[in-house]
Amino acid sequence: MDRDPSLLPLPDDGPVQRPFWDAAKDGKLVFQRCQNCNHAFLPGREECPRCLKPDLVWEEASGRATLYSWVVYYRPYGEAYKSRVPYTVGIVVLEEGPRFASNIVDVADPEALEIDQPLELKIEVDDGIAIPRFKPAVAV
Amino acid sequence: MRGKVVIAGMGQTKFGSLPGRTTISLVVEAVRNALEDAGIEKDLVDALLVKPPTSLPGMMTGQKVAEAMGLKPKFGMAWDQGGGAVTGCISYASFLIEAGLCDVAVVTFSDNPKSFSAASYSAALGDTATFGYVAAAASYAMVARRHMKQFGTTERQLGAIPVNGRRNGTTNPNAQLRVPLDIDEYLEKPFLISPFRRDDFALVSDGGAALVLMSAERAKQLGVPDPVPILGFGAGQESWNVELRNDLTTTMAATSAAMAFQMAGLGPRDMDTAQLYDCFSIVPIITLEDYGFCAKGHGGRYVEEGAIGLDGEIPMNTAGGLLSETGMPGMQMVLEGIRQVRGTAANQVKNVRNSIISTQGGIMQTHGTLIIGR
Ligand SMILES: [Zn+2]
Repeated sequence: MDRDPSLLPLPDDGPVQRPFWDAAKDGKLVFQRCQNCNHAFLPGREECPRCLKPDLVWEEASGRATLYSWVVYYRPYGEAYKSRVPYTVGIVVLEEGPRFASNIVDVADPEALEIDQPLELKIEVDDGIAIPRFKPAVAV
Repeated sequence: MRGKVVIAGMGQTKFGSLPGRTTISLVVEAVRNALEDAGIEKDLVDALLVKPPTSLPGMMTGQKVAEAMGLKPKFGMAWDQGGGAVTGCISYASFLIEAGLCDVAVVTFSDNPKSFSAASYSAALGDTATFGYVAAAASYAMVARRHMKQFGTTERQLGAIPVNGRRNGTTNPNAQLRVPLDIDEYLEKPFLISPFRRDDFALVSDGGAALVLMSAERAKQLGVPDPVPILGFGAGQESWNVELRNDLTTTMAATSAAMAFQMAGLGPRDMDTAQLYDCFSIVPIITLEDYGFCAKGHGGRYVEEGAIGLDGEIPMNTAGGLLSETGMPGMQMVLEGIRQVRGTAANQVKNVRNSIISTQGGIMQTHGTLIIGR
């Protein structure tokens, strides 16, 4: 059955990406690490893009990250996003090295974010999907 | 390679909205016009290199185009590099000609996203739709934001790119969007995907274009009326998705330009016009930096201070570019470079000897450079 287009699209549940989304259901953010060359990366792959070996394991991230860049959607590009604008997508750099695009949430004015500012993981269940998102880190 | 191969002819269709026309029909019209411009018959064409339509990727595109024109070329192919394919095709055709493996090459492209389907422009970027990270514009906006925060590039400086394109498009009778834009109007429009507003986005356009390439010697033998020599070309592939790149503000455009400048034996100061791919406002700002027209990080200031105007240091996108002439991915930039060298442009810059052209595809995944001149 086709998913209701007003809901967020389901992620790729093929064997390569599934561990990432399964971990999110358990409240964890994971990335792949190469057992051969120690390279840490996202998204999941079948071979390490640095040494080309297939010796990969999933590892849990600390959830600490920084913001490399971000955009704010004011116009929805699809049914699913109509009720969500404005929303923020940022390029997140995990302290372990991997980077990926995720949502930045719990921000009053997303235009006032700063590059390289610290972020922390916040997994939210949205339209039935556990999604690893980020919020500004609380200063310690 | 410098000067061994020439662009013997160029042709195009109308740009804009062309309902009812197939991509094949647009290609045939463009090639017919290019052959006429070169003053040769189609029977001489023995290489056909096609940049396939963005909105209708398919199988055997190069062969379908050849069939529609009754051609059986030795070399026939479709080149998959997005907008970077235009210079990719020109480079490959140049190798074939220089190696003596083909006589006359045709490079062509058409698309009809405006009348047919523009869905490919707002598609999800891999496995990211769950995060709402959709549409190519968003990835370019990531690049723009990083450049702004890293180097202090302002919204006003981004706006200088569409303002320049629209000014030049207004006086180009072939341009699709002939409405001038001033910087205050630009800034008044709301964000669509910040930091981008409506006018930072390329047009969506129907149209086709074609080039006829041959050796300089062959052009002389055939009496081609106004051949324009290819002086240099280059390429560089960034490849990684935007969110995976370690550095968003420096691209392989620098590698591509260095190759082209070396082949041509020329540098940025020898260029009289620059036709730089401007699918989004940030792109030519970074290209100007990577090509050495200004220092890294200074691109915003450089364009704001008027360097790219028709009477500036390096007149840029003199026909309007992707923001005003047509959103076609790349070939219009080559056509305008040729017109400037021939002295037949609508917004003709004085005493043009050399033009530099950039192309790129995906989200800056591919890049190509072409230098033409006499
Ligand atoms: Zn490895």
